[in-house]
Amino acid sequence: MLLRHTNSDIKERKALTVNPAKTCQPIGAMYVALGIHGCLPHSHGSQGCCAYHRSTLTRHFKEPVMAATSSFTEGASVFGGQSNLMQSIDNIFAIYEPEIIAVHSTCLSETIGDDLGQIVAKAREDGKVPPGRHVIQASTPSYTGSHVTGYANMLEGVVKYFAESANEKIRQVNLLSGWVEPSDIREFKRLLKLMKVSPVILPDTSDVLDAPMTGKYDMYPKGGTTIPDMVSMGDSMVSLGLGEWGTKKAAVALDNKCKVKFEITDIPIGLKATDRFIQALSKAGLVSIPESITDERGRLLDVITDMHQYLYGKRVAVWGDPDNIIPLIEFLVDIDMKPVYIVSGTPGKRFDKRMSEILSERVPEAKFKNGANADMFLMHQWIKEEAVDLLIGNTYGKYIARDENIPFVRMGFPIVDRIGHSYFPTVGYLGGIRILEKILGAMMDKIDSTCPEESFELVM
Amino acid sequence: MRKIAIYGKGGIGKSTTTQNTVAGLAEVGKKVKIVGCDPKADSTRLLLGGMAQKTVLDTLRLEGEDIDIDDIVRVGYGGVRCVESGGPEPGVGCAGRGIITSINLLEQLGAWDEKYQIDYTFYDVLGDVVCGGFAMPIREGKAEEIYIVVSGEMMAMYAANNICKGVKKYAEAGVVRLGGLICNSRKVDNEREMIEELAKRLGTKMIYFIPRDNMVQKAEINRKTVIEFEPAHQQANEYRALAKAIDENELFVIPTPLPMEELEELLIDFGLAS
Repeated sequence: MLLRHTNSDIKERKALTVNPAKTCQPIGAMYVALGIHGCLPHSHGSQGCCAYHRSTLTRHFKEPVMAATSSFTEGASVFGGQSNLMQSIDNIFAIYEPEIIAVHSTCLSETIGDDLGQIVAKAREDGKVPPGRHVIQASTPSYTGSHVTGYANMLEGVVKYFAESANEKIRQVNLLSGWVEPSDIREFKRLLKLMKVSPVILPDTSDVLDAPMTGKYDMYPKGGTTIPDMVSMGDSMVSLGLGEWGTKKAAVALDNKCKVKFEITDIPIGLKATDRFIQALSKAGLVSIPESITDERGRLLDVITDMHQYLYGKRVAVWGDPDNIIPLIEFLVDIDMKPVYIVSGTPGKRFDKRMSEILSERVPEAKFKNGANADMFLMHQWIKEEAVDLLIGNTYGKYIARDENIPFVRMGFPIVDRIGHSYFPTVGYLGGIRILEKILGAMMDKIDSTCPEESFELVM
Repeated sequence: MRKIAIYGKGGIGKSTTTQNTVAGLAEVGKKVKIVGCDPKADSTRLLLGGMAQKTVLDTLRLEGEDIDIDDIVRVGYGGVRCVESGGPEPGVGCAGRGIITSINLLEQLGAWDEKYQIDYTFYDVLGDVVCGGFAMPIREGKAEEIYIVVSGEMMAMYAANNICKGVKKYAEAGVVRLGGLICNSRKVDNEREMIEELAKRLGTKMIYFIPRDNMVQKAEINRKTVIEFEPAHQQANEYRALAKAIDENELFVIPTPLPMEELEELLIDFGLAS
């Protein structure tokens, strides 16, 4: 037993979090920056922060993740990090030649009160930013929110800086993506093409964090949203934000700055959320839904009905980020599974409300917890109280899966012990089929390996 | 809306001056909000009649981020909306970070919502913060005008000059400007002339000279502003005049702080002239 000290005796905890279901804000800020073409993330803080955030992303994507740091020392902590950042900007443009530096703060620089806006403005004024190059910034203190908050803050910083309105509407839709995989971005692109909607997708991590091996190292891979595209976002017909937690700030900022109206919908995970996504696209792009997409939907429905007997009534524990697990849980309910335990470390008032809406009638016994105290320890205690048939979440669930011998499907961030997530999407109708494939594979493998010999089935 | 931050050396009378000035503005029908940025949480005492106010940070600590704006805003004399940031006990934690957290939270909660139709926001900033928290009220989008409370005492003038250094840094990158010096008299020799000269060299003006009067102390003991406690008293008129001077002020500058030698020279010149 790896977690042998965890028991089912649940006590009210006020301050202690054990194995949190979230991580640092700057990881999200870095992730957004990587989805911009020719952009180097820069961590304004001590070196350890930068190293941890880079390595978490590297381990998840199995790709080299580059980021610079202001390398705070004792001196910088006392006197403020302005001169470090100014020097960094000088060095980075001279040595690494990015088009954009995306600076985010850290706990330390936030606590001593460094104002990134002021420092970056000063750098511009002092001519440290060469013509045609850009420095953007976002405030990302990790003692509030989570990695998703950092993602939202940097996304907001990007649109605030780049989007411009020339007062001539372009027939395109801004697709502000919540936290998804490069594979999911590819799937969005495929669906948008089928729908004949021309989008600006921000951020676009495809061809950056799933870049092909060519034998040649490219510090700035070919993918990522380009500057002209980001500038043009101010003249798009409408913005579609996928996931309230990740994209609402940016959508509001675009509306405030350039008067681009917006709609927020869920990340299209599962049947209904994809329905809403496709409908929102059809409305936003003023296009009809092609038959090929209706067919994809039909195929997903077909798999659901074919395999219903294996799914019905099965108890599931889910952890992850609100934008990702809200539609996932809705999907699980739609396929008659019972998501009974849910934790999400990323705080947000709307979480409990969305959970109640989805669960109160169909799975009234469900327990869910949101915010800093929603941790993997509580999840494990719930499972000890009454077991589940399936776990869905990031790699940090593997200890529970092993101790309790429960089939485990990896979804979310980070996944540092399996591959596939960055190559095969879980969004859209086809992504729904992949989720089913993984759920069924995991549960059936367990049946096959543990059922009595007389019940061992060739055909399932 | 005009957004004003009041700075000055600790103990110079920032909170008293701010509240009396705010009372003067409220008296003529202005809608004012005052944000106390001091762990002591005494920036709104006179407007609230000594009422102990729940501070933003205490509320945050006890109840989490799910706070209602009405939990932390108290309405005081003349309809002034009063908020206290609060902060840690002396010797622990980080008061500067407290100010940053508190102001961010207030913005999140919609403290400046249009429905309040606020004409003036005053940030009363504690005198002894020298870290980044000091500057929070003058970051982009927050206070745009700064007044420094000063007296003819040497340390107060040192502090005013130092504050100008901080203001200059932010003014060059943003919209914040120095609106003037408020002289809160300590009955130092040549005080008025000296502060006028200091203001001139800083590139600004002395916007008002508040004479020293025991009535201020008396009103304080009664937990009231002079304007509320003794509206007909001459000192009340002084604060009314200061409020008017701020209301009508049009001189906003990026200050030009003095080198130490020049500041000392100024002190010697005026000190010896007496």
